[in-house]
Amino acid sequence: MQHYINIIINSVFIENILLIYFLGMCSFLSISKKVETSIGLGLAVIFVLSITAPANWAINEYLLAEGALSWAGLGHINLDFLQFIVFISVIAAMVQLVEMLMDRFSPALYVNLGIFLPLITVNCSILGTSLFLVERDYNLAESTVFGFGSGLGFFLAIVSLATVRKRMRYSDVPSSLRGVGMAMLLTGLISMAFLGFSGISL
Amino acid sequence: MGENPISIHVLGICSALAITTKIDTAVVMTIAVVAVLSISNVVISFLRNNIPNKVRIIIQMSVIASLVIIADQVLKAYMYDMSKLLGVFLGLIITNCIVLGRAEAYAMQNSPSKALLDGMGNGLGYGSILIAVAFFRELFGFGSIYGAQVIANQIYLGGYENNGLMILSPGAFFILGLIVWAHRAYTGTSDKH
Repeated sequence: MQHYINIIINSVFIENILLIYFLGMCSFLSISKKVETSIGLGLAVIFVLSITAPANWAINEYLLAEGALSWAGLGHINLDFLQFIVFISVIAAMVQLVEMLMDRFSPALYVNLGIFLPLITVNCSILGTSLFLVERDYNLAESTVFGFGSGLGFFLAIVSLATVRKRMRYSDVPSSLRGVGMAMLLTGLISMAFLGFSGISL
Repeated sequence: MGENPISIHVLGICSALAITTKIDTAVVMTIAVVAVLSISNVVISFLRNNIPNKVRIIIQMSVIASLVIIADQVLKAYMYDMSKLLGVFLGLIITNCIVLGRAEAYAMQNSPSKALLDGMGNGLGYGSILIAVAFFRELFGFGSIYGAQVIANQIYLGGYENNGLMILSPGAFFILGLIVWAHRAYTGTSDKH
């Protein structure tokens, strides 16, 4: 149990996917103008990451990795060069599936999160998480927890930037620094604050 | 340069920043992005009249992903150490918004030769920002430029120290923010707030 809590703390605070690995910056910068939309995107990312991380883990473990096809008597085949294309298709398919299920069973949630779901397919943090969990050799439970933790880290980062940017409206920023330039500097400061967590472990 | 994809439209910095602690990784990344972007633009431009509109995104994605796999395999074969350093970030070119963005916005409407030039131009514009960020981070973080020590030993003896913050992630955010500021001040563009 403690091991899993450690993975969550690690992926949320110490190795935050956005602030330390810079993944998912595109949507991070464009969506963080309003607090409500950033909460919506954050929740959608948590949701999709918790599903795609274990799915991609299973595909890698039983289809792609070296010796993974031994259950079919094809142990000598190594398909790991197909990782990128398979992972991105799984993510795209999963996002589509989630979108349809949500539309069918929870229209209210669909109205709120629906517009963010297509954006998520090309969000680097989703593909990045899948690639990281292969690189770090996580098992099924660890990858699920890691996926959830990364999503939570993204949520935390995007909501904090959105709230800070809301305050910035009242301040007098030089005209060419407005918008993205200022957002980058603010992200730098938030990221610096997160560095303070480094070294924590249970 | 006036329409630089990073500093004006802020696209594709996802995979860009993590590998900019040193110039040599940034240069290799730039070459990979330029190659993938120009080839994908040409391929998609050749296919543009045969792609059904409904499934165009997934077709563009598969073209790009295949090219990234080729780039990854080439790097593994000829520059193994470099491919270890770039790690997962090379794979993340797939989700780089610039590549998909140019395919969608330009290659779908224009002839292959124009698309090739557009791909190269955007790739180089992207690369120039990467290399600029890497230049400052390496200079202040390690005291060197492209692996060669430029800050003399006497200065270190005189109490100068490398700035560790530059190597960590906040350094990249600050430098990119400042570059965006300088570039926008020069071209005179600005956002609403």
